[in-house]
Amino acid sequence: MVDLVDMVQTLTTPHPLDRYLELIRPTLTARRLRAEVTHVRRSTPGSVTLTLRPTRQWRGHTAGQYIQIGVVIDGVRHTRCYSPVNPEGRREKHIQLTIKSHTGGLVSQHLYQHAAPGMVVDLEPAAGTFALPETRPERILLISGGSGITPVLSMLRTLAGEGYQGELTFLYYAKSPVLVPHRAELDAIAQAHNNFRIELRYPGRHAADELEPVTIRSCTEISGAGYFDYDELERVAPWFAEAQTFVCGPQALMDAVRKVYEAEQLGDRLHTEEFTLNFAPVDDTDVHGTVSFSASGVSAANSGTTLLEQAEAAGLSPEYGCRMGICFSCTAVRRTGCTRNVRTGETNSDPDQPIQLCINAPVGDVEIDV
Amino acid sequence: MTILTETKDGPLVLTPDQIEELGKALDELRARVVADLGDRDREYIYSIIKAQRGFEIAGRGLMYLGFLPPVWLAAVGALSVSKILDNMEIGHNVMHGQYDWMREPDLNSREFEWDTVCPAEQWRHSHNYMHHTFTNIHNKDRDIGYGILRMDESQQWNPLRLGQPLYAFALMMLFEWGVMGHDLEVENIVRGRRSWGEIKKLVKGQWRKAGKQVLKDYLIFPALTGPLFASTLAGNVTANLVRNVWAYSIIFCGHFPTGVQTFTEEETAEETRGEWYVRQMLGSANISGSRLFHIMSGNLSHQIEHHLFPDLPANRYPEMAPEVRALCEKYGLPYNTGPLSKQVASVWWKICKLALPPSLVSSESAPSVIVMRQQKATEVGV
Ligand code: FES
Repeated sequence: MVDLVDMVQTLTTPHPLDRYLELIRPTLTARRLRAEVTHVRRSTPGSVTLTLRPTRQWRGHTAGQYIQIGVVIDGVRHTRCYSPVNPEGRREKHIQLTIKSHTGGLVSQHLYQHAAPGMVVDLEPAAGTFALPETRPERILLISGGSGITPVLSMLRTLAGEGYQGELTFLYYAKSPVLVPHRAELDAIAQAHNNFRIELRYPGRHAADELEPVTIRSCTEISGAGYFDYDELERVAPWFAEAQTFVCGPQALMDAVRKVYEAEQLGDRLHTEEFTLNFAPVDDTDVHGTVSFSASGVSAANSGTTLLEQAEAAGLSPEYGCRMGICFSCTAVRRTGCTRNVRTGETNSDPDQPIQLCINAPVGDVEIDV
Repeated sequence: MTILTETKDGPLVLTPDQIEELGKALDELRARVVADLGDRDREYIYSIIKAQRGFEIAGRGLMYLGFLPPVWLAAVGALSVSKILDNMEIGHNVMHGQYDWMREPDLNSREFEWDTVCPAEQWRHSHNYMHHTFTNIHNKDRDIGYGILRMDESQQWNPLRLGQPLYAFALMMLFEWGVMGHDLEVENIVRGRRSWGEIKKLVKGQWRKAGKQVLKDYLIFPALTGPLFASTLAGNVTANLVRNVWAYSIIFCGHFPTGVQTFTEEETAEETRGEWYVRQMLGSANISGSRLFHIMSGNLSHQIEHHLFPDLPANRYPEMAPEVRALCEKYGLPYNTGPLSKQVASVWWKICKLALPPSLVSSESAPSVIVMRQQKATEVGV
């Protein structure tokens, strides 16, 4: 198959075959992975659930992994990572994403407002090590909060789907019941599996008459109680020391869980997925942070000058030409962090973006592929 | 620092303040366009790509009926248009980084390859960096005569220059190969200024790229038309020739018509941003024409705007042109433009004239603008 594509590509050289095929249909590709949105559902306020049909190169995902999608907004392609919420499975031919629209989240807001069936997005293969072990542990504890539910929900659904017989607790923190995504599904799972315990927490919600646990349908809901702590853990999963625990959620929740597990010396049984939102720092006037040149393993304190000058000061010799932003010889990939274009003053912090070293200065910590 | 320019109507003096002002105005124009980039530009470049692919497929397909002369002509025409669009409005501009802001891997300046024998990577060095940074500076910008031609009076004459019109004609016909060889700086090797070792890697890249192009146009596609092999081969050769002649003509009109300035290294040492802009304006020339003509020239008909803003999408040049022109008028700078026929004639006239020994040619047509710079304006009493 690959050889055939290579042969046809001799005819389309220097352009890849996909550059012709996509003119017929964007999802008709020989090499490039893409996906078409087939269903859009907005049942929870502020979030949207998309069903994607990937092109045939899709190899599926493992519950807990994330994918990267690329969406065009105002002419610019933006890429973001999301964890599929659907169960894993070799024959799984679609991807389900639940995306919460964050204030200031360009892509999430765009998808929340404009996603419609027929929309085509770029797709990268599933990645990430946050995943269930192949041989399922006998006890599993899943903890999540807010939009951190997505990888954990995929795990829950996978286990439900394969008729997991062990003991499982799923603990989820939300601001209010209406903000729990896939609520009906959670109920159905809880109902169908006696060995699954699904508990929903609304810590910030004042509901004096609801202080006692209320079991509606099958999930247990508690309003007004505290955030995660040792007692809570003891209560919902007294066996947690023998379990494998998977956590994904806001920083505060992750820290709270980590603290308890470290105190109990159970760090190796705790699996976490970092859940960070990258926003450009508001204040870019003072110079701080570290610039790491990842390809050469060198790092130095940010001196405030352009990345090209800082790389040279650190003893590196990246390729350059004009040193004034016109020739693009100095382009390198910014892995993480925020940089400021010294010509326009604009800041940007999208990960894995090629930038011109000679006209960009780091704002805080930056990792650049030099 | 002062730029003192002398026009036909007498000397023109731009004070450092004025140059600064002019630079600021151009920076603002740039910022306005950058802020406005978006869907429109994306749609534009993709529509050109679509058209290019369409012409290419049509051209290749029609070759199967190449035994009918009118169809053969149509096939050659379609394929020529495809190659011209690919090289000029798409390739040249994408590789300048004009569409990098779209973050589209297929239109990224580092990844893009074009339908010519010259590897994109080498062209980006010789063109984007060398030519666009050191535009029209002697001994730095190798685009002044491409190391083959005497295109400026300050280049030395020798008897070999007599054959110059012939060399120019050959360069025109074989333009894609000339562009490919450009980064080798062969004349510097002949003069012993560059070692063979330095070019090994370049030659390897060229071999790889040119090989694929040759294989596709001169072997595989002709073979695919079976008994029409010769007719398809001839068609593909012709399409490449048409593209060569067109690209050569447009590109020579960008910097060599009468009135375009060249500079010395001393003049341009320690240049300010404003002075850099002025050099770009004095060193390039436009071609006037219709919208279709601008597209077919890759908007290099807006060479002045292109040299001021080489990394802005070319489809923006036509709308920026009136403002650039108004600025030129405001500061008394020339805005060199004219129809294709006039600019082409002017270029060939220069090629022929500079082939002759300087003693035979009057310098009555000396550049209409002379740029001089002094360290301090007051020293010369300006
Ligand atoms: S060195 Fe030319 S763009 Fe940075």
